[in-house]
Amino acid sequence: MSSEVKAAEDHPVETYIERPRTLAALREEIASGRTKATELAAGYYDRIAKINPRLNVYLSLTKERALAQAARVDDAVAKGDPLAPLAGIPVGIKDVLVMTGAPATAGSKILEGYRPPYDATVVTRLEAAGAVLLGKLNCDEFAMGSSTENSAYGPVRNPVDTERVPGGSSGGSAAAVAANMAVTTLGSDTGGSIRQPASFCGVVGVLPTYGRVSRYGLIAFASSLDRVGPFAGNVRDAATMLGAIAGYDPKDATSSPAPVPDYAAESDKPVEGLRIGVPAEYFADGLDPEVRAAIEKGIASLEKAGCTVKPVSLPHTKYAVPTYYLIATAEASANLARFDGVRYGYRSPNPANLSDMYSHSRDEGFGAEVKRRILLGTYALSAGYYDAYYLKAQQVRRLLAEEYLRAFAEVDAIVTPTAPTPAFKIGEKTGDPLAMYLADIYTVTASLAGICGVTVPCGKTQAGLPVGMQVLAAHLNEGTAFRVARAVEAAEL
Amino acid sequence: MTAKVTVEEVERVAELAHLELTQDETGRMLTDLNAILDYVAELNELDTHGVAPLAQVSELGDAASAGTVREDRMLPSIDRAVVMDQAPETDQVFFKVPKVIER
Repeated sequence: MSSEVKAAEDHPVETYIERPRTLAALREEIASGRTKATELAAGYYDRIAKINPRLNVYLSLTKERALAQAARVDDAVAKGDPLAPLAGIPVGIKDVLVMTGAPATAGSKILEGYRPPYDATVVTRLEAAGAVLLGKLNCDEFAMGSSTENSAYGPVRNPVDTERVPGGSSGGSAAAVAANMAVTTLGSDTGGSIRQPASFCGVVGVLPTYGRVSRYGLIAFASSLDRVGPFAGNVRDAATMLGAIAGYDPKDATSSPAPVPDYAAESDKPVEGLRIGVPAEYFADGLDPEVRAAIEKGIASLEKAGCTVKPVSLPHTKYAVPTYYLIATAEASANLARFDGVRYGYRSPNPANLSDMYSHSRDEGFGAEVKRRILLGTYALSAGYYDAYYLKAQQVRRLLAEEYLRAFAEVDAIVTPTAPTPAFKIGEKTGDPLAMYLADIYTVTASLAGICGVTVPCGKTQAGLPVGMQVLAAHLNEGTAFRVARAVEAAEL
Repeated sequence: MTAKVTVEEVERVAELAHLELTQDETGRMLTDLNAILDYVAELNELDTHGVAPLAQVSELGDAASAGTVREDRMLPSIDRAVVMDQAPETDQVFFKVPKVIER
């Protein structure tokens, strides 16, 4: 099985792992004046200069903007002004989120050279919270992929073992935290693109409830599935990051008006008495035995912390994969229609006519996987097939969502492995079709239902590869997910 | 037995998506599109009679915000000059493209 990692490699593993400091520790240093925000940022740029050529985590840096922000923080400290919650904290931004005047490639050649004229809402909110935005992070093209090997700008190397993928599509976002090239980062998740790379890189990743975080300024892949969420080196910091970006945004019509709780404080609460559901469907054939063992240890630690663990049944789980493929590709085909060479991005030179300009610009600008998904989606939406394919998938989606709602009436959180295997090697793409299928099931079901989750490091394989546990909670119950994730983290597996 | 996708359908889909496919790509897409039919067959195992499609998950959440619209008021958009700066070809007012209408 390709996921087996032989204990004795005949050459040493190249690794760049470094745990970032906690937000609390950094805040204390900055507030006291012992560390200047400008020096902290400069230090991060030094590290990036050293190791980015090898890891390919950042596609571009926003130095001027970052250092100006850091200087403002230092000013505030000098004056004794109150400090914003993320004052001076170096943060990386996935290249599907826009920052005015900075490159936004979405990992694609079709947007090479494009400079957005506006900021994503999450960018605005992070800067309002004092964060220092270091640069744009590499990702699979248009967020389509699970390894960052689909980036038109080269793959990202997993800092745990540079011969392995960091996962995807937010591979750069996960790797940046794992290698301390940022303290926290933002990524996006449509079918698992935050959770799976966080699991592969051994960091915390958050899938907020659909609508919890504004999508304004997120280059769209599948609009009913896309979410923006944070990565961090620990659960409490991930909770703090979510608190900084969550909340109603009038610029996003799907944005939830629900109030934003203090997620960090929620994560501090003990888990005694919580009911944890374990679905048998996620522990089937194809699950790497070392991953299974690590997750079972995690579940045992929750029991020790006073949780009640019970089996739950999610019998429609297997229908999640076809449902996801129909919905995600259909919505992607619509969202990527705007890339036509007319208003921005790549335009093919010397087109014979308008039609040629469209097709050549798209042919030359898009990578193979993107083209494939556009075609699949176009087919699913085309006349004569819309009802039987897309609409049918949306109906099954309701059945899947209702199944989760019923489960959450019985339990407070559901835990599963985040991925059925640890990180595979670059170019390998795990040859086991069963494992690939299970990989999809683990993450797309929650995506379709709109619920939230946190992936937290839960031990390692014999070869030292990180394993992640996915903690899922009902809509807008991120607090519960953070609490449970904290308990697993505290077990230090 | 489910109907098979034809080469004509693949070419038609490519046309709709404004993508041109090589022979190789057409062959691969044929396989991929036929796989979709298998997905659909799986979904057809489920009785969804009377089940409302779920296009917006927001309607399931605690705060049912589906269908909220803002006041119909004109608000500033983006500066034209800034936008045209990104245009592949422009006269600073319009985006210029190859001729659409043949005389």
